[in-house]
Amino acid sequence: MTRSLLRPPGFDDLGVRRALSDRLLPCLVAAMAFLAALALAGAVGATALAQHWQSGAGGMITVQVPQPGDSIGSTTRLDRVRAALTATAGIAGTRTLSDDQLRVLLRPWLGTTTGDISIPLPAVIDVQVAGAGPDRATLVAALETAAPGTLVEEHDRWVKRLATLARSLQACAALAFAVVAFVAVAVIAVATRAGLASRRDAIEIVHGLGATDQFIARSFAQRATVLAGIGAGIGAVAALPVLASLAGLAAPFGNAAAPDGIAGAVGSIPLTLWLSVLCLPPLAAAIGWLTAHRTVRRWLRRLP
Amino acid sequence: MVRLDQVGLDLGRGDTRTAVLHDLSFDVPEGGFRWLLGESGAGKTSLLRLLCLSALPTNGRLNLLGCDIASARRSDLPPLRRRIGVVFQDFRLLPHLSVYDNVALPLRIAGRPEGQIRVDAVELLGWVGLSRKLDARPAELSGGEQQRVAIARAVVARPLLLLADEPTGNLDEEQAERLMRLLQELNRLGTTVLVATHNTAMVHRYPAHTLRLHEGQLIRDD
Repeated sequence: MTRSLLRPPGFDDLGVRRALSDRLLPCLVAAMAFLAALALAGAVGATALAQHWQSGAGGMITVQVPQPGDSIGSTTRLDRVRAALTATAGIAGTRTLSDDQLRVLLRPWLGTTTGDISIPLPAVIDVQVAGAGPDRATLVAALETAAPGTLVEEHDRWVKRLATLARSLQACAALAFAVVAFVAVAVIAVATRAGLASRRDAIEIVHGLGATDQFIARSFAQRATVLAGIGAGIGAVAALPVLASLAGLAAPFGNAAAPDGIAGAVGSIPLTLWLSVLCLPPLAAAIGWLTAHRTVRRWLRRLP
Repeated sequence: MVRLDQVGLDLGRGDTRTAVLHDLSFDVPEGGFRWLLGESGAGKTSLLRLLCLSALPTNGRLNLLGCDIASARRSDLPPLRRRIGVVFQDFRLLPHLSVYDNVALPLRIAGRPEGQIRVDAVELLGWVGLSRKLDARPAELSGGEQQRVAIARAVVARPLLLLADEPTGNLDEEQAERLMRLLQELNRLGTTVLVATHNTAMVHRYPAHTLRLHEGQLIRDD
């Protein structure tokens, strides 16, 4: 007799466990968490790519010197351009690409048989800018004077476009995440309302015995919190193989080698994404608590 | 303790709205005992719903346990309900809880410690003769046993006001007598008691002040 009289922790006065099933709601929240993890992966991936592009191509200028071996006076056009670059403020360093490096660059268009190409190739100089970099008009004028026909290409313009693209991707991912969160709120609210309808008699009895709105709402909120947290945990775990696969596919774009095996694939998931995915279960639990609590309190207003 | 002044109650909404109580005015002093009489449909249960705050007056003023209901905030009502015990005609037990847990529920809602709840609930269930059925579910009990559980739940928190709707309806004569002795004892200890019944024999056996309703109106108060 003594055993049955001890009230176990989490005793279910209202029969909420029957009202909020431990199957449908966790499954739906798991699906939401899975989609949220993909949205997070999109956001984190876009951020990483933007940073990669920024650090790789930002702050670089490419200078093309046609007929680099031709002489103007006693020096070649290439040397005159190098000298002009060295004399220009805002330039940290220069690097002239070798013929082999040029052939590698041209390989996508001309194939591997570029050893004896007959068309004249320009010299290509990578210029690393310092600080805000040189004034573009001054630089173009100085190079034109040094070797007429020299072309100056700034990567900043492309980097800005790519950054805009990355920001758009981030915004899309954030929007997708917000939509998923909204749907999760709606799912929990509908499940809670269905639970309230099925336990209406019990709620009215407990209400009549003097239970506060907080007492009743807390019973439902605790149940919704547990179910949403479990569902999100399942969804997050289910998303990990997909995230690892995506991270493995994206690794070469970040100059990293493609990962080997499952451990390598899991290890290639960025730390930010790991942390974000780990936050999904507590976030879903918080949504479960707040949504169920609010839904029950609103429903209880119909009682005196 | 209980004061009604021109109190009315409408039920339903819109076109289906019906007045079930009209301009009721009476007092029940602290420690009073009242029989509530009237034919079926006279409004006895509706009046008890008003007095246990399951419904709020549509008009008039209701004062319960020193609280004017019209001016009370929503958050004032739960503590007030905890001081009112009710025995419903249909028992209104929670089917998923055991007999013990049903009786312990008002004390748990009031936040009493489990040790004290255990003492009070077990003692009261012993008094109504259900010591051996603490773990039973309501569905496993007879109508009379369910009614005794409902009575135990109504009085376990030692209410200031006890309302009972046909409390002897499902009890045999011996159990009905025991219940009446319990109600009298509670009344003697200061609980205000209001009992709705059709059992005129019981009313004659335990004479007390009587309120008679007819079609939602109070026609006798003596």
